[in-house]
Parts: sequence; C-alpha cells; structure tokens
Amino acid sequence: MSDNPVGSPMNQDLANRDSQVDLEKRNFLLATSAVGALGAAAVAVPFVKSMTPSERAKAAGAPVEVDISKIEPGTMLTAEWRGQPVWIINRTDEMTAELAKHNDQLSDPACEVTSQQPNYCKNANRSIKPNVAVIVGICTHLGCSPTAKLQANGDMGESWTGGFFCPCHGSKFDLAGRVFKGSPAPINLVVPPHKYLADNTLLIGVDTEEKA
Amino acid sequence: MIEQKKSALAAGVDKTVAWVDERFPLTSNIKAHLTEYYAPKNFNFWYFFGSLALLVLVMQILTGIFLTMHYKPDADLAFGSVEYIMRDVPWGWLIRYMHSTGASMFFVVVYLHMFRGIIYGSYRNPRELIWLFGVGIFLCLMGEAFFGYLLPWGQMSYWGAQVIVNLFSAIPFIGPDVSEWLRGDYLVSDATLNRFFAFHVIALPLVLLGLVMAHLIALHEVGSNNPDGIEIKKLKDPQTGIPLDGIAFHPYYTVKDLVGVTVFLMVFSAVLFFAPEMGGYFLEANNFIPADPLKTPAHIAPVWYFTPYYSILRAVPPIFNSQFPGVAAMGLSVAIFALLPWLDKGAVKSIRYRGSLYKKWLAAFVVSFLILGYLGTVPSNVWGQFGPWLGGADRATVVARIFTAVYFLFFLLMPWYTKKDQTKPVPERVTG
Repeated sequence: MSDNPVGSPMNQDLANRDSQVDLEKRNFLLATSAVGALGAAAVAVPFVKSMTPSERAKAAGAPVEVDISKIEPGTMLTAEWRGQPVWIINRTDEMTAELAKHNDQLSDPACEVTSQQPNYCKNANRSIKPNVAVIVGICTHLGCSPTAKLQANGDMGESWTGGFFCPCHGSKFDLAGRVFKGSPAPINLVVPPHKYLADNTLLIGVDTEEKA
Repeated sequence: MIEQKKSALAAGVDKTVAWVDERFPLTSNIKAHLTEYYAPKNFNFWYFFGSLALLVLVMQILTGIFLTMHYKPDADLAFGSVEYIMRDVPWGWLIRYMHSTGASMFFVVVYLHMFRGIIYGSYRNPRELIWLFGVGIFLCLMGEAFFGYLLPWGQMSYWGAQVIVNLFSAIPFIGPDVSEWLRGDYLVSDATLNRFFAFHVIALPLVLLGLVMAHLIALHEVGSNNPDGIEIKKLKDPQTGIPLDGIAFHPYYTVKDLVGVTVFLMVFSAVLFFAPEMGGYFLEANNFIPADPLKTPAHIAPVWYFTPYYSILRAVPPIFNSQFPGVAAMGLSVAIFALLPWLDKGAVKSIRYRGSLYKKWLAAFVVSFLILGYLGTVPSNVWGQFGPWLGGADRATVVARIFTAVYFLFFLLMPWYTKKDQTKPVPERVTG
C-alpha cells in the first residue's frame, strides 16, 4: 500500500473492491441460486415418483375365485391374491371351540384393530362361516409367511393349541390369525375382503360391503 | 548393439513421460502416492488388509462385469440365468463362485481392517475423516451385499429382501410408504429385482469408488498411523525432510503386500475350489430353490456377515406394540462406528500403551460381536427355554440381550473408561 500514494487511481479501485460489497449483485446471485435449487428439486420429483408402483403393478389386484369343497376338516389350502398367500383353513369343531379359551394370552382377542379384518369378520371366529378361516399369510412383523402348525402339541410344545409360527422371528398366531402376546408381531394377521359366491366357492378380494 | 537399442528405448520412454508430465501430473502423482509416500517402518500383519480390500474390490468389479453379460434381471428369468451361468457358460461357474466367495472375503478383510483401526487408534485425530469415509465404504458394502443377494432370485434372496425392506416400514408414520417406494410394488417383485440390479451394478459401485478415492486421498494427506500410534512426521531428517521412521511405500510395502496377496489368494482359492458354499455360510442351501412368494423357508437367517446386527434386531423386544426399537437398535449398531473418533478420550492411541481397563472392554466387545454373530445364524430356540422362573424365555434370546447390552456399552461407556484407563508412556520413535 505504501508504495503508491494515497488517492492514486489504482489504489482507489482496490479500496472500493475491498470495502464495498455490491449488494444488488449479491442478492441477484442468491435469488438465482435459490431458483436454481428449486428447479433441481422439481426435476428430482419425477425420478423419485418413477420408483413408486407402476400402473401395471396397481392393476394386478384382481379378485380370485377358490373352490373350497376339497379342503378336509383340519387342513388348509393356500391361494394367491395380489401375489400374497391367502390361507383358507377348514377348522374342526374342536379347533373353533379352542379359540375362545385362550383370550387372555392374546394381544387383541376381540379384534379391536379394525384395519386387520372387515367388519363382518369381527367376531369370535374371525370368519363368515364359523369353521372356514380366510387369512392373508403374511406376518405383521416383517412380512414373512408363517408356517402352519395346525395340530395341538406336536413340535411346538405342550401348551400349543394349534395355529401358525413365523420362522423368521418367532411370532405365534392362533387358528384365527390372532397374535399371541410376547411375539415380535404387533397385531393380528389380516383377513382379506371376501364373500361366498356359492356354498363352496369363495371370492377373495371383493365383498358385498366395499369394492376392492 | 543391444545396449544402444536399450538406451534408445529408454530415451524414448523418458521423452514420452516428459511429454505426458507437461500435460498431466503423472510423475508427481507416482512420487506422492508410491515412491515418495513415506509410511511408518513398523507395519505388521494387521496392515495387509487395506491393500487386500482393494484387491477384492477390483476382483468383484471384474467378475461382476462378466456376470452381467449373462445374467437376466427379470423375475421369470433370473434364477434360470444364474443356473445357466453355473452350468452352460464356459467357466461361468468359476466367475460366479469368485464373485460370491469374493463377497464373503470382502467382509472378512474389511472386518479385520476395521479391527486394526480400532486397536491402534487409527481413527483418532488427525484421521477422523479417513475413518468416516471408511464407515461410508462399509455401509456401501453392506448395501452391495444386500442388493446383490436378491439377484439370484432364490428363496433366501426373496425372503431376505422382504424382511429387510419391511424393516423400513417400522419407521413411524412414513415407514409403509418408504418400503413400498423401495419395492416399487406391494410386495417384492420383478420391479424390485430390476431396481436392485441397477443399484448393485451401477449406483452403489460408483459411490463406493468415490469413497475409496476419498479414503486414500485423506490417508495420503495425513500419512498412515502405525502399531505404536505415534506420528512419524514429528521427527524428520533435517536434510531431506523425510520422517526418520518412514520408508517409501514403493518398493518396501508393495513388496510386503505382495506376500499378503499371495497368502490371501491361497486361502481364497481353497474356499473357491473346495468349499464355495462354505457349508451354507457363504451361499445358503435354500437359495438353490427358486423364489416362492407363497412360502417362507422353515429357517431363515442372513449371510454370516450380517448376523451380529440381525441378532440385535431379534433381541430387542417390541415396545408399545411397535417393532421400531429393534430396527433402530440394529441401525444404530452399525452407525455407531462413525462416532468412535469422538468417543475415545484415551491419552494414547495404540492398544500397546493402553491399560487393562480398555483391554477388558475391547475383549468384551469382540466376544459380544462373535456370540451375536453365531446366534444370528441359528433359530432363537436353539438352546431351549429357561424354566418358569424366567417366564419360559428362550435361553438364546436372553443371552443375545445381554451381549447386545455389552455391544452398546463398549461404545457408550468409552469416554469414561478410556479416560480412567491407566496408560503407559509412549516412546518417541516407533518400536519393532
């Protein structure tokens, strides 16, 4: 600085540049950057949206018709609806009688969580016909498909009264898909919307109350 | 005659190098990162695993490229295309087994590399960023392993992905939408397979390579730590400015690392040729059955390198009817490594000069990690149940809970026990 006399044109320029910020220009730059960032965020939207289920995936949920005449009492059949397993269990009278006896061991014995079954299945057996249970076989914990352990006792121990056991994290359900206390699964298995077209013909995916 | 030819050739090389150097920093980079990068002279066994990780990375990229030439990311074709690679593609079995064995060996090498960093305090000031980039690399590898495992579209692929993606649905409020967004469908399907393929072969490898570059650039900026945990840059030769305890990375450590590579490749080949499935630990038996969305295998467990975290997930019980605490604990058990540089308040870096208190905690952590790792491979009823005095709880679950607590206490109590620890004096110069 001392090399040049104060007030020389060169020094004046430097001083101006150092001490004065061109606020107009700075604000303009900030505004431009903000608009640019908004634009970039807007462009990200289609990319993020492209990863959500496609129209084809959304359309693939057609109802399924199942003939249940060949399910022997005490056995079950697995149907496929929306790519998920749906169990149809033909419970014996002993099995349904057992359902009322272990309410104290269940997290939600009276099916208070309404999202887990249609209203017409919010009853003691969680079913339309007392013996036939229709349940989506996907564990409410992390989505594995529990293994059927329909018979009492067996390899599940002496206190076991029949139901389902999830191999992934050990959740236990009874023959109405209600979860036992102490399981990692927080709520009961889902009963899908369904109705009977004839005595032995079941339609899974639609019911009389609501459209699926 | 011959001598003349040679010198003409050498002159030609020199000229070419000079031409390049004027346009690109070739010679200066070779010097900065190899011939004049001075590393401490006391590197030991534990220092093999960084270069081995680099070797496995290159191997995974190469074998991966060749697998992509035959693999089909389509739910109807994927399983068949992997079997096609195994049976019909010339040498396809070798390339596929190299890739699957490489995945497990990557974790072996990286776990040992991380353990080295822990025992010698390599994450401490001024190497915090190296450690953070390293944690990023570790997370990327876990992502690569997870996305890659879906691609064969076997039963374990399918149900493993189902469980892991559903972990996100445990996040309060936004969870279900997040997991649906990740799957691109209401269940794990073709859409999921196709995008996992994209993540596995391009998205994550790009991030991974970037992080490896950053890891190395940061390392070469501050210089390597060593088994004594002292800074060799503090004592330099006044004439040359070279650290007194430093030796050039090339040729000294390139040659040393070659020995490591040789031994590693012997182990690698032994697994590759004699036990590529490693008794179900590297490739699980159920994954040789095509994915069936209607039936979960009777026993599902992740591949061995994920089992400690999986054990923690299973050990934490649901709280207020929500599985989120377990999921959060599992996430934290991995993420907590990033906090090490700030949790360690010890006066010394290396385990050589730490006191017995630190060593006891470290031993407890290693034991917890191994036991949790073992428990993650077996069903939770493997050791039977306790009697009614403990509510008939699974023995293995109770043990997993205890060791989960130890695992976290190692980190959470670290500021206390590293400060209280009776450390030994650190020498001026590196020891043997």
